[in-house]
Amino acid sequence: MARQTARRWRGLGPAADLALAGLVLLVVFIVAGPWVYPVSPTLVSGSSRLQPPSWEHPLGTDQLGREVLARVMAGGQQSLRVATLTMAFTVVAGSVLGLLAGAVRSLDNLLMRISDAFLALPAVILAIALMAVREPSEGNVVLALVVVYTPRVARVVRGKALLIREMPYVEAAHALGARLSRVARRHILPNATPELIVQATFIFGYAILDEATLSFLGVGPPPPAPSWGNMLAEARYLVRDAFWISFFPGLLIGLAVLAANILGDGLRDRYDPRKGE
Amino acid sequence: MTRVLAGRVASLGFVLWLVTIIAFVLIRLAPGDPSAVMLGSDATPAAVAEFRARYGLDRPIAVQYLAWLGHVVRGDLGNSIYLGRPVTTAILERLPVSLTLTLTAFVIAIVLGITLGLVAAYWHDTWADRAVSAVAALGLSLPSFWLGICLIYLLAVRWPLLPSGGFVEPWRDPPAGLRHLLLPAFALGYLQSGLIARMTRASMLDALRGDFVRTARSKGVGELYVVVKHAFRNAVIPVLTVSGIALAVLFGGAVVIETVFTLPGVGRLLVNAVVRRDYPVVQGTLLLVAAWYVVVNIAVDLLYTLSDPRVRLRTS
Repeated sequence: MARQTARRWRGLGPAADLALAGLVLLVVFIVAGPWVYPVSPTLVSGSSRLQPPSWEHPLGTDQLGREVLARVMAGGQQSLRVATLTMAFTVVAGSVLGLLAGAVRSLDNLLMRISDAFLALPAVILAIALMAVREPSEGNVVLALVVVYTPRVARVVRGKALLIREMPYVEAAHALGARLSRVARRHILPNATPELIVQATFIFGYAILDEATLSFLGVGPPPPAPSWGNMLAEARYLVRDAFWISFFPGLLIGLAVLAANILGDGLRDRYDPRKGE
Repeated sequence: MTRVLAGRVASLGFVLWLVTIIAFVLIRLAPGDPSAVMLGSDATPAAVAEFRARYGLDRPIAVQYLAWLGHVVRGDLGNSIYLGRPVTTAILERLPVSLTLTLTAFVIAIVLGITLGLVAAYWHDTWADRAVSAVAALGLSLPSFWLGICLIYLLAVRWPLLPSGGFVEPWRDPPAGLRHLLLPAFALGYLQSGLIARMTRASMLDALRGDFVRTARSKGVGELYVVVKHAFRNAVIPVLTVSGIALAVLFGGAVVIETVFTLPGVGRLLVNAVVRRDYPVVQGTLLLVAAWYVVVNIAVDLLYTLSDPRVRLRTS
């Protein structure tokens, strides 16, 4: 199986391959980094406050003397967790709702109108408002982002379902007595998989960006646990004296989202060349 | 045509109505009764009962919703729990700041996006095209608040050319107002210019291959005139669509940028309300944002017909 995948791998074009490699490197840096550099991200050190980057403090220290490198890695772990969970739950929820809308005509109109209403609100605003009624925790951030992005995925799956439903072979399957659930599983979902992978890649990127935004605004998972967003929120007042504290977490957010976006574009071009410009 | 437009307005009004349901249901998702949140956990049962009666919480939920909706359509969004003032007043006070920021950012996004898109399409598959792609991809990925912080560092701290925050009303003091707006509007607008640049490029590539462009050139029409007058006019519709989306999204993005640059806008109001659990303000802001989306969409529909007489608003 592994060999087969290796043989079939033709790359996604230079930009997307580079993005994929960058994303893998970033994950390795975040997950394996703390073993190589085992410094506590919350260790306060009064004697080494606001130290600029040096050999001793690779990315400098913050206003409490905590190592920015350690905090950037710990914050990255949170971002990865939130993004991965958001992506997984959104794909599942979006597929289920999309298939329902695509298969059951009476539900279709209702579900699509509801998704219209959700799409009338910018993702970040809706997520912020949802955080108003939930405790600011990691799980609730994931919940808010899943609610925000599920309608988008559901629309994609529904579109595909409506298309496949009219295909002669699905009609044949029906004639052979296949039930709706079987048609959905065997015919519609496999056909929607490329689109789902593309959407999942974009949602992974958006989730990193939105989690950082929520944390930055102070409605994400609470400190002292570091996240890229709350590091930026704290460092914002220190731009004058210690720009490095804001620079590195923001750079990592940008790189992660950029890599996910480029990878998503590459995948889309591969699966559906008509949609890329 | 008027009938089709009326249909669009009606369906967008329907969307707005659905958003009122979302905004109303949202509060009911809060743990416990709103009274528990608003009065605190040490409130006496009598106070809770009085509160529930005053806000109609003892009535059926559908009745509560209709009563609330009745107030909303008359412009009464309730009272802010924390500010102790009508939500409508609080929003209207801050709206000029957010609107000024959004519209300035929009102008930057459009000018930058269309220019970059035209350059990329005209010199496509050259280094200029690839540079524009990179700029656009960055715009879609960088966190706006980080870009804002970097701009503050570079242009307000390192080379102190512009103020690092605050708001001066441009209609009172235009030069100072503009100076205060420049950094936040750029941080916000740049991010949306990427999308506009991509769409302009794609649409212009199609238009530049058109027969009418070849005809115009062979007649000896000046190159700039061909690009702007002949090709771009025919490429403008998709650009309009994506600009409309940008304008709707920018208003949401303003929330974050207002925090970075300490601008007293609707975004600050929303974030503070979320932190303080000031639910009526959260509801009101959600409705405002949705209303903005609806208004922008109607405006874009109208612009279609103005920009291209062939479009007679076919039903979508």
